[in-house]
Amino acid sequence: MYVAVKGGERAIARSLELLAEARRGDTAVPELELVQIRQQLRLGVARVMQEGSLYDEELAALAIRQAAGDLQEAIFLLRAYRTTLPRFGYTEPLTTQAMRVRRRVSGTFKDIPGGQVLGPTYDYTQRLLEFGPSIQNETVEADEPLAASMPRVLDLLDAEALIERIDPGSDPEPTDLTRDPLMFPADRATRLQNLARGDEGFLLGMAYSTQRGYAESHPFAGEIRMGEVDVLICPEELGFTIEIGEITLTECQMINQFHGGNGVPPQFTRGYGLTMGEGERKAMAMALVDRSLRCDELGEAAYAPAQNQEFVLSHSDNVEASGFVQHLKLPHYVDFQAELSLLRTLSAQQRKASAGQEALS
Amino acid sequence: MSSTYNSNAYNFGFLDENTKRMLRRALLKAVAIPGYQVPFGSREMPLPYGWGTGGIQVTAALLGPNDVLKVIDQGADDTTNAVNIRRFFGRVAGVATTERTADASVIQTRHRIPETPLREDQLLVFQVPEPEPLRTLEPREAETRTMHALADYGLMHVKLYEDIAQYGHIATSYDYPVMVDGRFLTSPSPIPKFDNPKLDRSPALMLFGAGREKRLYAIPPYTRVESLAFDDHPFEIQRWEHRCAICNAGDSYLDEVVVDDRGTRMFVCSDTDYCSQRSDNAATEEAA
Amino acid sequence: MSALLQVRGLSHHYGRRIGCENVSFDLHPGELLCIVGESGSGKSTLLNTVAAQLTPTAGAVHYHQKNGDWLDLGALSEADRRRLAREEWGFVTQNPRDGLRLNVSAGANVAERLMALGQRDYGRLRDIARGWLERVEIDPARIDDAPTGFSGGMQQRLQIARTLVTQPRLVFMDEPTAGLDVSVQARILDLLRRLVNELGLAAIMVTHDLAVARLLAARTIVMQGGHVVESGLTDQILDDPQHAYTQLLVSSVLTT
Repeated sequence: MYVAVKGGERAIARSLELLAEARRGDTAVPELELVQIRQQLRLGVARVMQEGSLYDEELAALAIRQAAGDLQEAIFLLRAYRTTLPRFGYTEPLTTQAMRVRRRVSGTFKDIPGGQVLGPTYDYTQRLLEFGPSIQNETVEADEPLAASMPRVLDLLDAEALIERIDPGSDPEPTDLTRDPLMFPADRATRLQNLARGDEGFLLGMAYSTQRGYAESHPFAGEIRMGEVDVLICPEELGFTIEIGEITLTECQMINQFHGGNGVPPQFTRGYGLTMGEGERKAMAMALVDRSLRCDELGEAAYAPAQNQEFVLSHSDNVEASGFVQHLKLPHYVDFQAELSLLRTLSAQQRKASAGQEALS
Repeated sequence: MSSTYNSNAYNFGFLDENTKRMLRRALLKAVAIPGYQVPFGSREMPLPYGWGTGGIQVTAALLGPNDVLKVIDQGADDTTNAVNIRRFFGRVAGVATTERTADASVIQTRHRIPETPLREDQLLVFQVPEPEPLRTLEPREAETRTMHALADYGLMHVKLYEDIAQYGHIATSYDYPVMVDGRFLTSPSPIPKFDNPKLDRSPALMLFGAGREKRLYAIPPYTRVESLAFDDHPFEIQRWEHRCAICNAGDSYLDEVVVDDRGTRMFVCSDTDYCSQRSDNAATEEAA
Repeated sequence: MSALLQVRGLSHHYGRRIGCENVSFDLHPGELLCIVGESGSGKSTLLNTVAAQLTPTAGAVHYHQKNGDWLDLGALSEADRRRLAREEWGFVTQNPRDGLRLNVSAGANVAERLMALGQRDYGRLRDIARGWLERVEIDPARIDDAPTGFSGGMQQRLQIARTLVTQPRLVFMDEPTAGLDVSVQARILDLLRRLVNELGLAAIMVTHDLAVARLLAARTIVMQGGHVVESGLTDQILDDPQHAYTQLLVSSVLTT
């Protein structure tokens, strides 16, 4: 006799138990503390905060632990929590010029005012697995303090009028993509917001494609800087700005060659990337994709995926993508049944037709 | 029913009241323009995209403490995703739930319309993965919006024409496009075309939520809904040579079930409530 | 007889570069006008500006609609532009692949415009499509074949059938024979001449080939560097060219 697909409730309950057990592992091994995740897995925390669109190291660490290290799942957890949070206000635009820089490099000038500062980077490690316990902290003498404020490299070009000027006042009021749907065509502020929330891997692939001939961007890394920036708000009841804390940011300004077009004279153009926390790979990829998406504005021939804003912006979000790809594991019995009947009808038709042909020959 | 708030500190129905208002405004617009896809500020729900985030938001915006909720997936109340969504609302709204179509005031569904006819005092909320019926023919959103604005739907008929030219009949078996109120080409969501006639002039308000695509739309009560066809190739629904092996229904959508490893199959109602109501009634009659 | 189209002082600039400059002409119902010039002369820009595909930098185009009203194409809404393109106009592109739907059958290509106008009888759509395939000399038995399997000439004839099936009042053609072999060109030009006469179409055709103008057009416009250098009856222009550039064009045709 037919056994209906019953017992969904029980199955889910048992699955949750198994998941909890698998996540925790051997209980003889102490559970990870959030402070350990925050400090020792800080780049994972940064990515979860960035793509989760919520700057909170503690919550990001909690999400990573709950997701057993699956960063996309952790991003999803943080996003779902973020939706429920009330908005108290909006910050003033961040001043990255006044960043307390810990890392700052430029690929365009050998020496720049304020100097090149490597800071904590994996760039020049030799990628050799370090067996044994990690090197214990010996107290290292602190570096000379860096200049309090470093001029941005692109401002040097700007002074010579060699790079496009973008009047910040000309920017439209940004929409909030977590409150308003993405509509096309999207302006640059909206595109940047989407890219900032976008999946690092997706952006990396898109950015890479622009370097391999799918869009011509001729990029130079004008400046990459990482460090701390003050966050200011201006509460209505006060009428003046107050500092509510500082956050770590990584900013990338790409410089792109441009031969002129659409009424714009030949000059360097800009691509911009910004991430919360240390996220250099993402910031650089974002800057390349930002630039390639400006093709319409600059009158460039648009033929490559990375120049197609509907393609890029509609597919950048890993929470959306992950959900929709994985929804295929949900039951589709009804639709499959409909397709099954259709296929049976079609193949019966074909059998009849070929039988008819044989009879004729 | 008083257990409106629950222990986990979320608002009744998970969403905050301002978000619910935003959703209701969008739904009112959707009802005012039948079949038109209203862009809305879809929130990130604690369920994955593609698993019913649109339907859940619509349900959350409309549920009151006195509502009785039924959730089905593939016509069944006990499939895991239906169970999970029901559990979600049990947890964040604490409303009464039911498996009986007739007892529900709000029914959230994925891929089916119940066999039991709906009433004016019931709401049917559809989960929609892809609200744009033209998407597979035209991927650009800016273009499809223009096509809707101008009711420029020749392209859809090209597809149906090709089906007939190639297969002798229209080869779309589910998510079969409809014209709502003679104006907007609309996706009925991936219900089998068997269910399409139930959309036409339905007494119940039908609401459609696409969370990932951030669109809502509606078919208000008693609205004309036509499935696309040609004059000489009229719309037809699926038919079976079998009857339901459990309740003997000859008028319901049947699921095919493989019962052994020799490929023996049986056919049973996809609407589990409809099937068990019929079986119960038959048992009562027999006993009487 | 009243004009179908009035073009007055029409210009289109690409930034500082001139596409076409200060062009005026009238087109009458049933008339085929050729715009002749070398590549880069601005003839395609003129065609696209007249057809409201490009926004004029200066000047105006007025179109006399089927319902008798005059429409200012410069102030045309997207809705009106599409309605005209669907109901009253036709476009034939140089590369038939740009004008056809390559992934659907020849029959669907021909029937699409009829379906867009609300024709819903499949059998009748098939009959009309077969009739048009025959008219453009394609075997009607190929009605269900995809145009990807057609030769370039067949594809162009299919595009012509697809465009003319709704009997548009005005057809825009951009070098419809330029990409084809000479023998294939002759066949298509012959076909076009016949159809234009039978249907009484008004058409504007861009071509670099004076022989095409001589064969099809009563009137011709000669363009150079975005400007009209000469216009008038085709025979007159060809037999007695006034402008040095036209003389050069005519002599180069005659010597080859």
